[in-house]
Amino acid sequence: MDTVLLARIQFALTIGFHFLFPPTTLGLSFIIVIIEGMYLKTGKELYKKISSLLIKLLGLVFVIGTATGIVMEFSFGNNWAEYSKMVGDIFGAPLAAEGVFAFFLESVFLGVLVFARNRVSKKAYWWSSFFVFFGSHLSGLWIIIANSWMQTPAGYKIVNGKAVLTDFWAAALNPSTIDRYVHVILSAWITGSIVAAAIASYYLLKGIFKEYAKKLLTISVIIFAVVSMLQLVSGHSSANVVYKNQPAKLAAFEGLWETKRNAPLSLFGIPVEKDKKTYFEIGIPGLLSYLVSWDTNTEVKGLNEFGEDIPPVFITYATYHTMIALGTLFILIGLIGLWLLFKKVLWEKKWYHILLIITTPLVYVAVQTGWMAAEIGRQPWIVYGVMKTSKAISNVVPAGQIIFSLIMFILIYILLFVVFLKLFFKIVKKGPDSAEVQGY
Amino acid sequence: MEFLQIIWFVLIIVLLTGYSVLDGFDLGVGILTPVLAKTDDEKRILFNAIGPVWDGNEVWLLTGGGALFAAFPPVYATVFSGFYLALMLVLFSLIFRAVSFEYWAHDVKFRKFWCRAAVVGSFIPSLLYGVALGNVILGIPLKNNFDFAGNFFTLLRPFPLLTGILGLVMILMHGSVFAILKTEGDIKNRAINIAKKLLMIFPVVFILTVILGAIQIQGATSKIVAWIFVVLILGFWFYTKKAVESQEEGKAFTFSSLVNVSIMGLIAAVQFPVLVRATNPELNMTIFNSSSSKLTLTVMLIIAGIGMPIVIGYTIYVYRIFKGKVKLQEGEGY
Repeated sequence: MDTVLLARIQFALTIGFHFLFPPTTLGLSFIIVIIEGMYLKTGKELYKKISSLLIKLLGLVFVIGTATGIVMEFSFGNNWAEYSKMVGDIFGAPLAAEGVFAFFLESVFLGVLVFARNRVSKKAYWWSSFFVFFGSHLSGLWIIIANSWMQTPAGYKIVNGKAVLTDFWAAALNPSTIDRYVHVILSAWITGSIVAAAIASYYLLKGIFKEYAKKLLTISVIIFAVVSMLQLVSGHSSANVVYKNQPAKLAAFEGLWETKRNAPLSLFGIPVEKDKKTYFEIGIPGLLSYLVSWDTNTEVKGLNEFGEDIPPVFITYATYHTMIALGTLFILIGLIGLWLLFKKVLWEKKWYHILLIITTPLVYVAVQTGWMAAEIGRQPWIVYGVMKTSKAISNVVPAGQIIFSLIMFILIYILLFVVFLKLFFKIVKKGPDSAEVQGY
Repeated sequence: MEFLQIIWFVLIIVLLTGYSVLDGFDLGVGILTPVLAKTDDEKRILFNAIGPVWDGNEVWLLTGGGALFAAFPPVYATVFSGFYLALMLVLFSLIFRAVSFEYWAHDVKFRKFWCRAAVVGSFIPSLLYGVALGNVILGIPLKNNFDFAGNFFTLLRPFPLLTGILGLVMILMHGSVFAILKTEGDIKNRAINIAKKLLMIFPVVFILTVILGAIQIQGATSKIVAWIFVVLILGFWFYTKKAVESQEEGKAFTFSSLVNVSIMGLIAAVQFPVLVRATNPELNMTIFNSSSSKLTLTVMLIIAGIGMPIVIGYTIYVYRIFKGKVKLQEGEGY
């Protein structure tokens, strides 16, 4: 089998699995810092216990994030040595900075959160929760900086076939960094809030830990609803950045083959690369042009402009539209929640609790498909317009070794995930009362 | 420019030393679990001793790897792709180890399995780090474009195997001394016994490594600083031994840490300015022919200069929170 394809499959699987955990970490740390703040302010045991439960879950989520994260940091050298040589001057720095500024902070203070509530003052404990929150969000920033540079490279020049840094701030704050960072952070908050909401819903359905559940449900549904709406704005802004900087990707998102004025926003379709056509297309005429410029007359480039250098269109289109459809659904579910809260029946409506539980895996689907659209949509480039993915792999690693590691990763990750789910539910079932005991 | 390249050589050694001193003891405790702890409660004490800190300790490796990537990209590319299978074994082990403590605590039915995962997951990296370092010190076959030209078995030559064993013994020694510091009663007694044995083995393996290294490594014997570190290592080893015998726990851990530091110092002294020695000396990857641009090294230096003092500050703060012997709280556990 082709080593490029194998290396790509391995990267896709390992990063996909890894990225189940960081958004959960970010989202939970956000809710924890809020609830710990409420505890610090009111001194109510209720908040302490809810937070203790979430911290216990965070501890579990975090270790898997760390374990699978080291794999990612090694992977550029392991499988993408030519890429590492070509862009190391720029790409390595954010990874190192992530360690120095962020990962140390979150790991060290997570130790305090998970093990030392009784050893430090209430204030110091709140600050620890803040540092975990702050560290994990900063960590995300450096990773998004690195990834955004692959999408919209800036602040560099090519010398002897290698990308050399010319302007750090231009490279770090490249055209897509800010928009993509906001988008990813909001998605993490949606993730954290739906997980918390689902736990609360489960308790209410079972009729256990009701007092905790009511508080947690209220807090998490408000966050879920508000952030889902903000995500619409962020998504729009992100798509505009793609329009400006990666026109081939936007065309693939929309299944748009011919360059057009009055371009439609595609709602459904089946793009077929072989025929260079999108079948069964349903779209809203002019809306795409309008959204990218507030003018229906604006020209949007089609895939045919880019010759061979286009991403796999079907999967880019499908993942992008899955994300959008789900995002829209989340707004709807959030609004229903706010309405129920306003009517003071949020704690009683069992159908809504069930709906929240069902929505939880869908949030992960949205997060994953969003990333797939972003990364597959960048192909055939590993660094957009600068380096092709096919030229980026390690020449010295034979296919057989990648097959071996790939099989091992699949087996190990399946085992980790099965046990993770089992333990996650076990901790949830035990509830907030027993979560207060810290340590192993 | 030269100054920056030298500074980054030093900083990467510092990061790896931080990793060796800090993660060294929790790897050691991980491997020694079945020797030190007989009951679940005893295991729980050991895991609680390293639980709050091992994750932060491992970040030193992550940051060291990131810094190597940023400061010397071709070295990162050559070593990580060249040692592919060995590093995969390290990764698989680290994954198992990372989840093992948490899974051990909650997954009561499969405790034995997760305890073994902690042991093996700590053992394999502890051995392979030394093997990997031994290879870049001894020299590996490289192609003209600096790609690795050997295979998995190239890595298993006598000198790297010996450095692998040395690294393992050092980590075990450090772990047992840490266990003495953090525990009481039976566990502590077992830790003292095993520490004494390891302290007997260490100088034998170390001297063998020095002799073989002096014979096999180009130009190593003429480096005076390296010889100073050899003396320092033996000196700190001696004081660790004395402190263990007189049960001065804090002192023993300090000296054991200094053994770690001096071993990294010895490696640095033998290597400088080489990062990866090649079988053909013309292809040696040095800090001068393999570094990033001046701007990148400068930016990174600013990042490290601001960030690392803060990191060290709060790391010390948190270690102080967890100071003292580990005791199981009333009503604790699963």
